[in-house]
Amino acid sequence: MRLTINGRQVEADVDVRTSLLDLLRDHLGLPGTKKGCNQGACGACTVLADGERINSCLALAVQYDGREVTTIEGVGAPGALHPLQRAFVEHDGFQCGYCTPGQICSAIGMAAELERGLPSYVTGDLDAETIELTHDELRERMSGNLCRCGAYNGIVDAIRETFGQIAEDAGKREAA
Amino acid sequence: MSFVQEAMQAVMKKAIALAPDGWIPGGHPDPLMREKHGLIGASISRIDGPLKVAGQARFAAEFPMEGLTYAALRHSTIARGRIVSLDTTQAEAAPGVVLVMTHLNAPRLKPTPPFGSKPQAAGGDDVPVMQDDRIHWNGQPVAVVLAETQDQADHAQSLIRVQYEVQGGVTSLDAARAQGPEPGKFQGELLKVEIKDAEALFAAAPVKVDAVYRTPPHNHNPIELHAATLAWEGDELRVHDATQAVAHAAWTLSQVFDIKEAQVHVTSPFVGGGFGSKTLWQHQILAAAAARLAGRPVRIVVSREGVFRIVGGRALTEQRVAIGAQQDGGFDAIIHTGLTVMTPHNAMTEPFIVATRSAYAAKSFKLEVDTVKLNMVANTFMRAPGEAVGTFALESAIDELAAELGMDPIALRSRNEPEQDPTNGLPFSQRGVEQAWKTGAERFGWETRNATPGATRDGDWLVGVGCATATYPYYRMAGGAARIILDRTGRAVVEIAAHEMGMGTATAHTQVVAERLGLSLDQVEFRYGDTAFPGLVLAGGSQQTASIGSAVIVAHRTLVTELLKLAGNDSPLAGLKPDEVGGLDGGLCKLDEPGRCESYASILARAQRETLTVEGEAPPPLELQHWSMHSHGAMFCEVRVNAITGETRVSRFLGSFDCGRILNAKTAASQFRGGIIMGLGLALMEDAQFDERTGRIMNPSLAEYHVPVHMDVPEIEVMWTDEPDPHAPMGARGIGEIGITGVGAAVANAVFNATGKRVRDLPITLDKLL
Amino acid sequence: MTPFLYERAADRQGALALGARAGASYLGGGTNLVDLMRETIAHPELLVDVTGLSREIEDTPEGGLRIGAGVKNTAVAGDRRVRQRYPLLAQAILAGASAQIRNMATTGGNILQRTRCAYFYDDAARCNKRAPGAGCDAVEGFNRIHAILGASPACVATHPSDMCVALAALEATVTLEGQDGGREIAFADLHRLPGETPEVETQLRPGELITAVTLPPNGLAARSTYRKVRDRASYAFALVSVAAGLELEGGVIGDVRLALGGVAHKPWRAHAAEAALKGRPATESVFREAAEAELAPARPLRDNGFKIELARRVIVDTLVKLARTEETV
Repeated sequence: MRLTINGRQVEADVDVRTSLLDLLRDHLGLPGTKKGCNQGACGACTVLADGERINSCLALAVQYDGREVTTIEGVGAPGALHPLQRAFVEHDGFQCGYCTPGQICSAIGMAAELERGLPSYVTGDLDAETIELTHDELRERMSGNLCRCGAYNGIVDAIRETFGQIAEDAGKREAA
Repeated sequence: MSFVQEAMQAVMKKAIALAPDGWIPGGHPDPLMREKHGLIGASISRIDGPLKVAGQARFAAEFPMEGLTYAALRHSTIARGRIVSLDTTQAEAAPGVVLVMTHLNAPRLKPTPPFGSKPQAAGGDDVPVMQDDRIHWNGQPVAVVLAETQDQADHAQSLIRVQYEVQGGVTSLDAARAQGPEPGKFQGELLKVEIKDAEALFAAAPVKVDAVYRTPPHNHNPIELHAATLAWEGDELRVHDATQAVAHAAWTLSQVFDIKEAQVHVTSPFVGGGFGSKTLWQHQILAAAAARLAGRPVRIVVSREGVFRIVGGRALTEQRVAIGAQQDGGFDAIIHTGLTVMTPHNAMTEPFIVATRSAYAAKSFKLEVDTVKLNMVANTFMRAPGEAVGTFALESAIDELAAELGMDPIALRSRNEPEQDPTNGLPFSQRGVEQAWKTGAERFGWETRNATPGATRDGDWLVGVGCATATYPYYRMAGGAARIILDRTGRAVVEIAAHEMGMGTATAHTQVVAERLGLSLDQVEFRYGDTAFPGLVLAGGSQQTASIGSAVIVAHRTLVTELLKLAGNDSPLAGLKPDEVGGLDGGLCKLDEPGRCESYASILARAQRETLTVEGEAPPPLELQHWSMHSHGAMFCEVRVNAITGETRVSRFLGSFDCGRILNAKTAASQFRGGIIMGLGLALMEDAQFDERTGRIMNPSLAEYHVPVHMDVPEIEVMWTDEPDPHAPMGARGIGEIGITGVGAAVANAVFNATGKRVRDLPITLDKLL
Repeated sequence: MTPFLYERAADRQGALALGARAGASYLGGGTNLVDLMRETIAHPELLVDVTGLSREIEDTPEGGLRIGAGVKNTAVAGDRRVRQRYPLLAQAILAGASAQIRNMATTGGNILQRTRCAYFYDDAARCNKRAPGAGCDAVEGFNRIHAILGASPACVATHPSDMCVALAALEATVTLEGQDGGREIAFADLHRLPGETPEVETQLRPGELITAVTLPPNGLAARSTYRKVRDRASYAFALVSVAAGLELEGGVIGDVRLALGGVAHKPWRAHAAEAALKGRPATESVFREAAEAELAPARPLRDNGFKIELARRVIVDTLVKLARTEETV
């Protein structure tokens, strides 16, 4: 099996039972992606597969053969943090830090979804061309990522600061 | 305890209460309180932030080890009885299996010293760990499998065949009640206060409320699963644990394995949330036993279901609160009694009356907790044990009484503000609850509310506001110790076996130490989470900050004394005493003569020393028996209750706190908010469903045990008085738990204001509002 | 997880050939099946990965839409045609699970997801779905989330999908392919009530594969909505949900569709309520009568009696609001 992980080709020969999460954590030495429930209920294991956020705990690694996966290790490292990572630090968008990689990967996926104009359950006009990242939109879209420390306010602030402009920019592109 | 011992203890307690302040720790205010504009209180981002946001903070299950095996647990499916047969042949034959351990082949282990039995004890219960065929609760581990991969271990455990013989077992509250209650104890003291005849005064009072409030069992559910990576190196055990008590864990493991404490090395540099749950449970012991048997290192990551099965939570409570008052609101009687559950194998009573002991003045009190025993996983400490659920009952009752009296609930609270501790008579060390109420009410706009229940509607939504007092005591446990290593470049390292579970410990104490020594933040390194460091410091009871702070005060004083000695007669500091100098600009200066200084580098250089290492041990926490030390908060909540569906959404929340000095504004705000959010969970959704037929928790997952998600949480405003407590280290009282207290009542009171319905049975789910 | 073989199907014929093998199970996004395998509830011997197949959403000659079974939930909800012509479906999908799960889950997989009954998920409990004839521990256990309609003494579980409630209201059809050929069945007939055999959850024959869901031309776009009531504000299964579409002709109800989620072993098409609504004036009292008619056979268990009142209220309120809605298309 061959995957591109954080831009690097990796080969792995694992049991078909192995989840993408365990492949990353136990076999590839990438423990930045976290295991919080192993049943798709907490979002700590969120990674980006071809740019889309997924729960890697529910993904059998074999299903992702040939795909591109981005984990938190590919988002940014200390000294070269992604703007969203910096905003998480600035806004204290975490306490224990365990759900944090999942929150960050999820927010990056969410920003891409918003850019594509995908609606959410709280979107008033389903047919709208662009959707503003309101407080409700952001919270609904991030509700798949639990934070038991309760850093939700800081997470929301960090995401808004980093991605608040997306809808506006997408609108401008449409207009142009 | 014998009568003589008890009498001696009472005499000692009285003596400590009456002793001059100067003899008591905290009797002389921490000199750090002088600093008003330095690093203390500054809004500084977490020093471990870049590691955490980059996924590079290493948690317990992430330490690599050569030849690692992965563990899986098999849990019992009955609550009480014995194992009749165990067939492990299929499991042993499964691919990748290294070991199947059951009571038949487990190494002989000594009993686990449970929490409270010794100062260093950390066991959740005293059940022998896989030593016999007895089953004590539904979910108890009956086998451990080690395999080359987690999937292999998980599968192999499913192949084990176990037959049980059920032997009685008490799994329903009614059956437990029928066995008769026993008095509850907390921290060695009976949970019972009687002052005058409260029942008689209550009966005679002109205005009264009397109701029963119920809270269900809760689980902490930190997002990091309980986990350890461990190995034996000869007779030495190295454990990378997820724990809020490294030193306790090491000592307790040493007792279980009958080795010396120094032979167990526990590290826990990052903990993915604990809230009281990350102590020593069976999984670390079983993993260590299996590692010894297999001769291989072991990683154990308890499954989410497993966490519900082997890690206890908060026990259910059934509380009566009755308050009798005069027409002006003055309390004649406060009665707060009721029942909670525990197990035959632990000693933890959920002490729901503790907040009531010091919250309000009254002519009489009757406070008492009874316990009954269930065969279940041992219940334990969960964020604000006692206060979190006790304040739900007390502060709901206060609101009910205010409605009965037609009084503003804040005014009612103020009317009953005590001058000294109402049940033990001790003076308050500092008490700013009135200030917290005043500033909070102004900020929240409490005056503009409509006090009539059910009178405010916005479309489908009934809108209401409510408030409640939050309160949590100052604690400090014995055992704090710290090492300071100062080097010739003027950098300081502080080492202490403390913990960072997200509270901001590492950041806040870097600030404190830097301020104390007169160094910049980058000149200080705070090392923690390792039994190589001194101290028996529990990250619990909101006491870690005080424990670290008091130890550092002593170590620092020793450091200054040693520095003055080293400085000698050629120093500008010659002849000065430790009390006359303070840390400033990388050295020591005479306090009232800022120009008279010498840098640490200069002192060490002249003395031809590379480093100076000192250690200090904190004094016994006598201040707890000399002052009544409590933090408070005024909690304000606005809810919207859907008139059609009964769905409750919290739309606004404000917490105004009086917790002494705040050490880091940024991380403190997160602590307060985090507590409040867990309180929203307690108020609206959390409920571990214990099936009384089998004693089994039926929602052991994060899909079915609901905790708040992003969408449940509004912007939460927090503020604080920042009034130092003159008798606490740094003037700070600890803030980890107060946030969850009062929230249940604030929400319930807001729901009452919105709907006119009084919900006394948590959680406030929509079916209770239809 | 019990060891299994994994094959990625290259095409439909290949999938069906693999799916005909003993112990085979089709694998979509895995969001439910992988969890069930890990919980040792499901033990397939062969997983046939069909996520590469049927990934198109196509217009049908009749003016409807045909959604391939392999299309991800997010892609369905994000499709402009779905959003414009079948907003009810988009809303229902977006009400379910989390964004991550919707990015993984397929249309076919969503339809075939299994119940959230705690006793089904706990292999220490008795469950007639897992072990036919074993008995049901939910009947007298925690059953707050369980069925009030169409349950049997053998099983009181509910179907957890939101999407399916909308599909029931929209009168979708399902395309099934087997080695003996294909067939179309009405979506409403796909799922079964538990009866004596709760382990048989659908009309699917062994080896049969869902390849598409077809939406008829009328998407009720003018007046339709999906309303979900749950225990937290997001990321929770429905206690009760309502998919409703209404056509009004001068204040009189023309076509009407009503389906309920969270109340039965299958997405519950509210035929009795619809019959009580058709041709009647769109007034609150008529809506109330219709809700009563639908819920008359409802039977509460220990913990779920509130669902009857909740369903009544949500049906009435949803219809009242729909009747008030300005025509948008």
